Amino acid sequence: MSDCRDCLHEISDYLDGQLDPELKRVLEEHLVSCHRCKVVLDSTRKTIELYCDGKLFQLPGGVRERLHTALRQKLQDRQR
Amino acid sequence: MGDTRETAVVKDDVALVAEAKAGSYEAFEELVNRYENKIYRLGVNITGSPEDAEDVLQEAFLKAFQHLAEFRADSRFYTWLVRIAVNESLMKLRKKRSDRSVPLEDEIGEDGEPIPRELADWKPNPEQIYAQAEIENVLRDAAQKLPATYRTVFLLRDVEDLSTAETASVLSLTEGTVKARLFRARLMLREELSKVFKRG
Ligand SMILES: [Zn+2]
Repeated sequence: MSDCRDCLHEISDYLDGQLDPELKRVLEEHLVSCHRCKVVLDSTRKTIELYCDGKLFQLPGGVRERLHTALRQKLQDRQR
Repeated sequence: MGDTRETAVVKDDVALVAEAKAGSYEAFEELVNRYENKIYRLGVNITGSPEDAEDVLQEAFLKAFQHLAEFRADSRFYTWLVRIAVNESLMKLRKKRSDRSVPLEDEIGEDGEPIPRELADWKPNPEQIYAQAEIENVLRDAAQKLPATYRTVFLLRDVEDLSTAETASVLSLTEGTVKARLFRARLMLREELSKVFKRG
């Protein structure tokens, strides 16, 4: 895998831990010597991390309150 | 129900769904507590709007309760709930489509490799440098630059941790298409975020 295109193509599977060991070894070898591919890998990993960050996009208290009030009004009475 | 309640046992979804099906609103509310944060985040990131996300949240849980009898235990409750929330979110987008420039379905070519153009290192730990609201805006705006099904594939696979098969089922896509779109969505989001988070 001397080619950055090949490397790029495997980055997604690599992040998912789905590369077979031989391909993984070749990819990691390429990453050591190719800064551009390393940047793409690291920043892709960080991209996923940021979207998964539990501190972001938290449910605002007011929204939660309105949700539970609405559900209770519409559902609970019907059930009783 | 009644005397079988164990001490401090966290009920699993299956038990709560069974109780909710039998008419327990409290059991259903426990499911709401469990998943409201995730469904809200999903709604915000698909629709790009906190207001729409609030509607999605209410509609999704209302529909989930109303259709609980149709839920079959051959899938996870959460996956089933996500399916409802995704449909609500995409419906919101369709309604607004006329004043949107971003295509809802795939209008970008599936073939040809995405070529990374932003190749500078990122500043370390952007989450510590930028204010929370600022990062949320960057993430939301970046997601909105993608066709809706691409960002939804990304959100279901990478954020909500659904399997490829579950994601394919929710979006009525093949598993091959899910994999291809996940790959492209990751790189497209990376490209957008790089513009903000790159060094220098
Ligand atoms: Zn390379």
